[in-house]
Amino acid sequence: MADVAIKAVGLNKWFGEGLARTHAVKDVDFEACFGEIVYVVGPSGSGKTTMLSMISGILRPNSGTVKIEGTDLWSLSNDAIAEFRLHKIGFVFQDYHLFPRLTTEENVAIPLILQSQDWENAIEEAEKDLEAVGLKDRAKLPPVKLSGGEQQRVAIARAIVSRPDILILDEPTASLDGDTGRMIISFVRQHILNDKRCIVIVTHDSRIFEFADRILKMEDGRVTAAEKGHFHEE
Amino acid sequence: MPGIVRIAYKLLVNDRAKFTALLVGITFAVFLMIAMTSLFAGVLKRGSATVINIGASIWVMDPAVQTVANTIPIPNYVLDEVRSIPGVKYAVPLYSGGALLKLRDGFYQAANIVGIDDTSLFGRPRLVEGNIQDIFAENAFIAIDDSEFSKLENPTIGTTFELNDHRGVIVGIAKVASSGLFGVPTLYTTYNRALQYIPNTRFTISYLLVEPKTRADIPVIERQVQAAGYLALTKQEFISKITKFYMYQTGIGVNLLIMTVTSFIIGLSISGQTFYTFVIENLEKFGALKAIGAKGHELVLMILFQASLVALTGYGAGIGLCSIVLWLTRLYLPDYAAIITFTNLILAFVMVVIIAAVSSYFGVRRVLRIEPFDIFRG
Repeated sequence: MADVAIKAVGLNKWFGEGLARTHAVKDVDFEACFGEIVYVVGPSGSGKTTMLSMISGILRPNSGTVKIEGTDLWSLSNDAIAEFRLHKIGFVFQDYHLFPRLTTEENVAIPLILQSQDWENAIEEAEKDLEAVGLKDRAKLPPVKLSGGEQQRVAIARAIVSRPDILILDEPTASLDGDTGRMIISFVRQHILNDKRCIVIVTHDSRIFEFADRILKMEDGRVTAAEKGHFHEE
Repeated sequence: MPGIVRIAYKLLVNDRAKFTALLVGITFAVFLMIAMTSLFAGVLKRGSATVINIGASIWVMDPAVQTVANTIPIPNYVLDEVRSIPGVKYAVPLYSGGALLKLRDGFYQAANIVGIDDTSLFGRPRLVEGNIQDIFAENAFIAIDDSEFSKLENPTIGTTFELNDHRGVIVGIAKVASSGLFGVPTLYTTYNRALQYIPNTRFTISYLLVEPKTRADIPVIERQVQAAGYLALTKQEFISKITKFYMYQTGIGVNLLIMTVTSFIIGLSISGQTFYTFVIENLEKFGALKAIGAKGHELVLMILFQASLVALTGYGAGIGLCSIVLWLTRLYLPDYAAIITFTNLILAFVMVVIIAAVSSYFGVRRVLRIEPFDIFRG
């Protein structure tokens, strides 16, 4: 079995106080290994985004532990967690969150710039990753000039530019049509995933389930089922 | 330039509409602030023009005097009394008063007549034409080539006029450091000729100009003059007294203060709102940066840099605009009383810094409060 990339035990998260208190994630255990794509699926409000936020160092759990490559994430200071995310985790947001006033290559270079890398060097690296996602000729354009699928690929290039071990994709196909969505995830499967990288995808788009190694189903804040993904069945 | 600052720079300047709105807001505010305060500085300088131009170290006057134009004649014996004070190197009388001139074309023109001590000519202006000795010639006057010069019909040496049915002749053209406040031209002559040409009250000395032997003698002279029932002020003290009069005992100071504060509030409102909107529009992006791994202090740096860039650029543009407007105004209104001083610039800079600080404060608060989790939740 491959090395464990993420191991979360007994995660709990609630919001609000008193009568307004909502228990969003209840005693969830989670594990993902290098070289696999794990899907977290479930209906809206099932707690999958909350769980994803806790395992990626964005939302502090009320109880439970998250270990990434053996590091107890939530024992670190806030700045140390931010630094950890910057170097170890790449994010692809649902709405991409690309800066419309920067060029595509500058958007991609942001994680390297945050790592205090030299601007020119960061842009050079960004160009390489844009080439990897097939958008080299779009490097100097602002993201608003790109199609939805292209913007998603830019977001993926930004997520992988700092060579993170863990990639988190939040509803990556929500804004895309079926074919484009499948093409994007297929691309991630073929070109982004490798033996030293673990990818976690939150989605409720069943059209892309075929690319998963494992699928965790969540409902009412609990993991209700863990299935082997369809990818190996093909 | 650190990469994070370069990102902040690009985010700001590439949003041309917002950047322009911010710059216009700050520029407009700085322009108004500098225009108002420079007008005030100009009024104050011109209000003290005679004090600046004569340049005496100590001025002795009646205690009721409030501005240099508001003279209260001093008896002649005070001159002797002041000259007898130990520490006085010399003391001379000065006449300063208004007169009505009849020019060559028959028009009447009000003028300020300055009569300087016949013996020493202390306080004489710098001649650009003519010879100072000619001031002793019959009917001699020196015309001051300032912004009001043209009101004397641009006289040359030899130009004549009438003053109380006395003939006057221009024997020299001179320059002084500052024009007067009230829009009337100035003529210099000797003290005695001024008394002879202009109807006077029983006492005739407007001011006594005193030079101390050393600076240490100034307090002694001031005390002795006060004991005699008069007031001795250094040049700077007299200018301060005039400044206070215009500032607190006329509406000028209060009105200009209100205008300056209004400019500040306008600048703060326009820039503050625009900058806050700019931050709010980018709030999700800042949240995304936070999720990627940007630290709070890096985001604060970005916002402070953006606010500072806008503030300083607007500040420079505001000063430039104000300078151009003042220059253009002076082309058509030579006696327009406005000067940009270092104090004006510093005051406007402080206000711009406050505008930038307040604008960025609210933006920083919002950015620090945004949680990356909110980005995930959409």
